[in-house]
Amino acid sequence: MKQRITAGLVAGYVVLILLAVAYLYPFLISVASSFKTDGEAVAQPLSLIPETPTFAAYERLFTGTDIGLWGVNSVIVTLCVTLGRVFFDSLAGYALSRLRFRGRSWVFGLFIGVMAVPTVVLMVPRFLVLKELSLYDSYAGMIIPLLADAAGIFIMKQFFDSIPVSIEEAARIDGAGVFRTFWSVTLPMAAPALVTLTILSFQGSWNEFAHFVVSRQSPELNTLTTGVASLVSGQLGSGSQFPLKLAAAVLMTIPVAIVFFIFQRRIMSTTEGAEKG
Amino acid sequence: MATRAPATARVRRRGSTRGGETAAGWLFVAPALVIVGVFLIAPILLALFVSFTDWNGRNSPLFNDRVDVVGLENYQAITTDDRLTRDLFGRALRNNLFYVLLVVPLQTALSLFLAVQVNRRLLKAKGFFRTAFYFPSVTSSIAITGVFLFLFQASGAVNAVLAWLQVDGPNWMADPRGVVHVLVGALGGGQPGGWGEPGFLGQSAWEWAAGPSVAQLVLIVMAVFTTSGTFMLLFLAGLQSVGAEIGEAAIMDGASPRQAFFGVTLPMLRPVLFTVLTLGLIGTWQVFDQVYLTRGTPAAATLTSPAYMAYDQAFTENEPGIAAAIAFVLFLIIIAFSLLQRFVLRDRDEPAKPFWRRRPRTIASADGGVAQGTARLRAGPTQKGVGG
Repeated sequence: MKQRITAGLVAGYVVLILLAVAYLYPFLISVASSFKTDGEAVAQPLSLIPETPTFAAYERLFTGTDIGLWGVNSVIVTLCVTLGRVFFDSLAGYALSRLRFRGRSWVFGLFIGVMAVPTVVLMVPRFLVLKELSLYDSYAGMIIPLLADAAGIFIMKQFFDSIPVSIEEAARIDGAGVFRTFWSVTLPMAAPALVTLTILSFQGSWNEFAHFVVSRQSPELNTLTTGVASLVSGQLGSGSQFPLKLAAAVLMTIPVAIVFFIFQRRIMSTTEGAEKG
Repeated sequence: MATRAPATARVRRRGSTRGGETAAGWLFVAPALVIVGVFLIAPILLALFVSFTDWNGRNSPLFNDRVDVVGLENYQAITTDDRLTRDLFGRALRNNLFYVLLVVPLQTALSLFLAVQVNRRLLKAKGFFRTAFYFPSVTSSIAITGVFLFLFQASGAVNAVLAWLQVDGPNWMADPRGVVHVLVGALGGGQPGGWGEPGFLGQSAWEWAAGPSVAQLVLIVMAVFTTSGTFMLLFLAGLQSVGAEIGEAAIMDGASPRQAFFGVTLPMLRPVLFTVLTLGLIGTWQVFDQVYLTRGTPAAATLTSPAYMAYDQAFTENEPGIAAAIAFVLFLIIIAFSLLQRFVLRDRDEPAKPFWRRRPRTIASADGGVAQGTARLRAGPTQKGVGG
């Protein structure tokens, strides 16, 4: 019996380690290859150490493309969307969880129904509305439609549901208004959910692509996703230029990777929100 | 602040805060409601209207004398008319169907497998494994597609590994052959007589049976790679809430570990399985980013999807009416698949309600999982999940 378990355990480890290598190796090769010459990247696709390390790909990226501008645009959009989403989602989540108002169940039903509408179906329709409102090809058109999302509202509502009402009742009796109670008493207690929502909103808006394809056309409004997409889909002309494309992919991944490694435990926490049963 | 609104003053004087809560409640949900209304509901209505018109994309579709309502013409153009547009749509639908049929089972099985493995009590370095499997889920679809195009080039890393195994890898992204066709060919077979006639949506039976192209396999592997971590977390949450005791009790009673898992643990994971399959189906039917990025590759015609074709019709063909019609057909497909999946996974012990009205057994946890999974998927590559 003991023997069988040990053998099974070893086999399990071997499988898991092989899988972990398969999951991580693509990223390691990408980083390594971004420091290779074009020729070496193609000739030595598996090596993790460049024979002749070079920053050439990064130099070409910064001199030959507008990646700096794309980065600035990504930061602007991501900051606005993340702040807006966290604020508006918690406001709405709080109202749906705590405030008794006529039409509440109707609003809640609407948000749940909206969650079922696939976003890709909305791409072209959203473009039509942005044009009608003269928001097309502007920061406003890129940012405003992303400022609230039903899934985030639902996550916040669920978290507020789990906070005891008694604490804010004390604040209300002391004469604090609804917004004040929400802002100074309840919201600080929802810090774990706020952190989760901030991280997910940050990743979501940093990685957003389809919406920026249909909400803008000026090159000056390219974000990292749409800008790097034009590199990856080969609008560069001559040659495959893999190191340059990989350098761009590496650079745009660094911010989300940093946030991921800082907040790893929170991001991968499985006990919160997902399953309360 | 909201409680000072004049409309509520009268109520407050009577010593109740209910009126204040009504004003505050509406004020609190107003921003989200406006955004959802203007950028979600209004677009749907506008697109529904446009899908019944011949608008060419110039000026506004509203209050425009040159725009005529043409009834179902746009819908006919993609379903019944014997034209190129219909053939393109049939092809996009076929490609996407292969993608869904492979990605959904593979990502579900792999993520369940990973969850069970990293949930083992005796496993060392749990954190490392969970991190490794989840990391691809936080990256952007653009970066990942760039990486995969590099890995799967003719002399790339994947073919280098295959060469160790004495396998001569294909030139992945340049290979439009369907894998079923390749297998039939390898066995010495060929196209059966009469299978070449144009059939449903302009595609012949032989084309419907082609299977995903070799190039599409790259996108399929990529989708599984980037979503399995997210779904692993959902399954892990489920496994942790079920607890190990029940499976262990079954083993004490003489069940094999395999029997305990499939007979006891898995049935209890049904709400999570429901969530994962729903999100998987909805996500895979919306594949866009990768298709857009690979539109210039040699086998691009075998990679298209309705979502990409809708974009292409609106932005390069100046056919917003057809684009909107495709969007609605896609919407119907997603609803149909979700209902089908709900029917297949229905709880056979409770026959009282029709299946589409029945919620998974623990409704709160299932919807919470959907919200959590949606937010996670929307944050990562490949699958856009659901939501606004």
